[in-house]
Amino acid sequence: MDGGMRFVEEFRDPALGRALAGEILGAVEPGRHYKLMEVCGGHTHSIYKYGVDDLLPQNVELVHGPGCPVCVIPMGRVDDGIAIAREPGVIFACFGDMMRVPGSEATLLEAKAEGADVRMVYSPLDALRIARENPDREVVFFAIGFETTAPSTALTLKRAKAEGVPNFTVMCNHVLIVPPLRALLESPDLRLDGFVGPGHVSTVVGARPFHFIPADYGKPVVIAGFEPLDILHAIRMLLAQLAEGRCEVENQYTRVVPWEGNVRALEVMAEVFALRPHFEWRGLGFISQSALRLSDAYAELDAEERFPVPGVRVADPKACQCGEVLKGVIKPFECKVFGTACTPERPIGTCMVSSEGACAAYYNYGRFAREREVV
Amino acid sequence: MSTVSERERKVLDMIETARSKRARFRDPRVTMAHGAGGKATQTLIEGLLAPAFASPALDVMGDAGLVDVAGAELALTTDSFVVKPIRFPGGSIGELAVNGTVNDLAVSGARPLAITLAMVLEEGLPSEDLRAEVEAIAAAAREAGVEVVAGDTKVVERGHADAMYLTTTGLGLRDPRAALSPAGLRPGDHLMVSGPVGAHGMAIMLARGEFELDAAIESDTRSLWPMVDAVLDAAGDGLRCLRDATRGGVASVLNELARASGVAMLVREAAVPVAPAVRGAAEILGIDPLYVANEGVLVAAVAPESAEAALAAMRGAPGGEGAAEIGAVRTEPPGMVLVETAFGGKRVMDQLVGDPLPRIC
Repeated sequence: MDGGMRFVEEFRDPALGRALAGEILGAVEPGRHYKLMEVCGGHTHSIYKYGVDDLLPQNVELVHGPGCPVCVIPMGRVDDGIAIAREPGVIFACFGDMMRVPGSEATLLEAKAEGADVRMVYSPLDALRIARENPDREVVFFAIGFETTAPSTALTLKRAKAEGVPNFTVMCNHVLIVPPLRALLESPDLRLDGFVGPGHVSTVVGARPFHFIPADYGKPVVIAGFEPLDILHAIRMLLAQLAEGRCEVENQYTRVVPWEGNVRALEVMAEVFALRPHFEWRGLGFISQSALRLSDAYAELDAEERFPVPGVRVADPKACQCGEVLKGVIKPFECKVFGTACTPERPIGTCMVSSEGACAAYYNYGRFAREREVV
Repeated sequence: MSTVSERERKVLDMIETARSKRARFRDPRVTMAHGAGGKATQTLIEGLLAPAFASPALDVMGDAGLVDVAGAELALTTDSFVVKPIRFPGGSIGELAVNGTVNDLAVSGARPLAITLAMVLEEGLPSEDLRAEVEAIAAAAREAGVEVVAGDTKVVERGHADAMYLTTTGLGLRDPRAALSPAGLRPGDHLMVSGPVGAHGMAIMLARGEFELDAAIESDTRSLWPMVDAVLDAAGDGLRCLRDATRGGVASVLNELARASGVAMLVREAAVPVAPAVRGAAEILGIDPLYVANEGVLVAAVAPESAEAALAAMRGAPGGEGAAEIGAVRTEPPGMVLVETAFGGKRVMDQLVGDPLPRIC
């Protein structure tokens, strides 16, 4: 791993970034305000990490979308996970950033402090390895993520079944990207001009599933990679579509995303998973056919079949307005509970859970934003 | 665009008030986050410990407490070491226990004189492992020029500790050249680190074997007194403040200093030295090296007129070859640390809530 990171640094070249920022500045109509949503949490992270939004003109606003798989898990599901983690003999494996997401009473990190055996893993295969190494324990993997991570969960389940690992199960919380986008677009008060499409998800599903966005709702989409130049490039392409009156799905991330997606991955997912009739999203409520469960053929590996799960729905407080923030209808500080009932220490909605969520970022860095505007 | 609405200002002011209040420790239980050096640790210290033990020396929140004894200004500090695994590339728990405490004295501007050592050993620990650590402690103490002057040993049942826990307490004599204060930073001061960041924490993370990732990364554990000695000579009272960038890394230290001094900081990410292997591992794990622990890297704030001399002194000291200026102290926005990313944008570099957790999305 010594030496520079070739083929990565090239996409972080500050001179090219400045050039693109200059082109973007030249492409915006003065006096017009642009609201573009980056759908994917990975984009939000890159935008934050590289300060991409700092390079944009004041009238190009990025709205962070619903694509953070950790943040959209509702309190009730976290409670269910904690209930399983507290079962005697259970080793509960999950991704690191899931451990701080609040349930109605505790986080998985707090459940760990109270004695539950909660372990951080990097991939579902790590959880399967733990199951093989601890044959006298029950190992449960808390699966989260969009179509990006679902194939690796699916392959792990296939392997567990083939090897006959009896003490391994999965609590499936995989969600789909299109239903929440459609829910946002259905809203009459939506104030978005275009979408930076999710790059990783698209490597699996391809570009086709996003055609309904220009076709049915008249908004342009540019699928983008995750390096800062990718994101600026996608914004440049969106602004070009808007300026030229075009409205289509374009693919900026051609070095990774094929139009047809990954057919193999989609086949494995179809075998291992089935659609849930509906699933609750933190801050967005119930969205029909928006999540996956294990298919009947894999029911024996389903943690929700093997363990008693309370399944109690914990309603988001009525006053939470994450949906409106995501739609770009209101700013974080206009939400009724922002900064009072909902803070980064005790978050309610998805926008406050992740440090990169729109509300958490505003809470922590609002002063900085104000300074930028004054200077 | 430049006007802030009445409502927005009200909400921002409300947040400001909430943030400036002394943290209250209200968590029902201790979690790993309380030991990670970020916001949760700060809440524990400011909300429970500092009010309980209130004293002028403690209120400074330095790395060591200063005590006046019959005209002599002594520095006193203590630290526990619970690293797993106890041996890792570049060092072991024994070396850490000496260097960590010696460095807390050094960055407080005190010449380390003596340490005490307390050991909690787990029943069943191979004597060979114990002997190796005792020898490592002796060697590190010799190297750092301190004597081990008292000690204690306890053994707990198997499973009640993890191999061994060490606690060292260090005594130092404040150096007359040092006028260091966490509140002493002024706009225009230069910020420096004494070497490439993130090596220790990354070496430990990889040595735990949780990630199937191999890289030649070694801990940077070393005594920093020779370097501090050289910088004090070169910069004198132009040296405003030093910090040992251990748990929470350089980012956490800068946040503490910005809060303590009421100044802002601007760090140029491209200027921060990071070894290529550390950068690669951090990239794969989705962790920012600026938040990763060091055991031989100090952060210095230096007055502009002394900056050049201080940097040269650092580079001439052992372990300081890779020292670099990484940014400057500014006025606005007070209490915050900003980063100009290598890509060119600016962002806030905040304190972490707990451990840096790898991200999936």
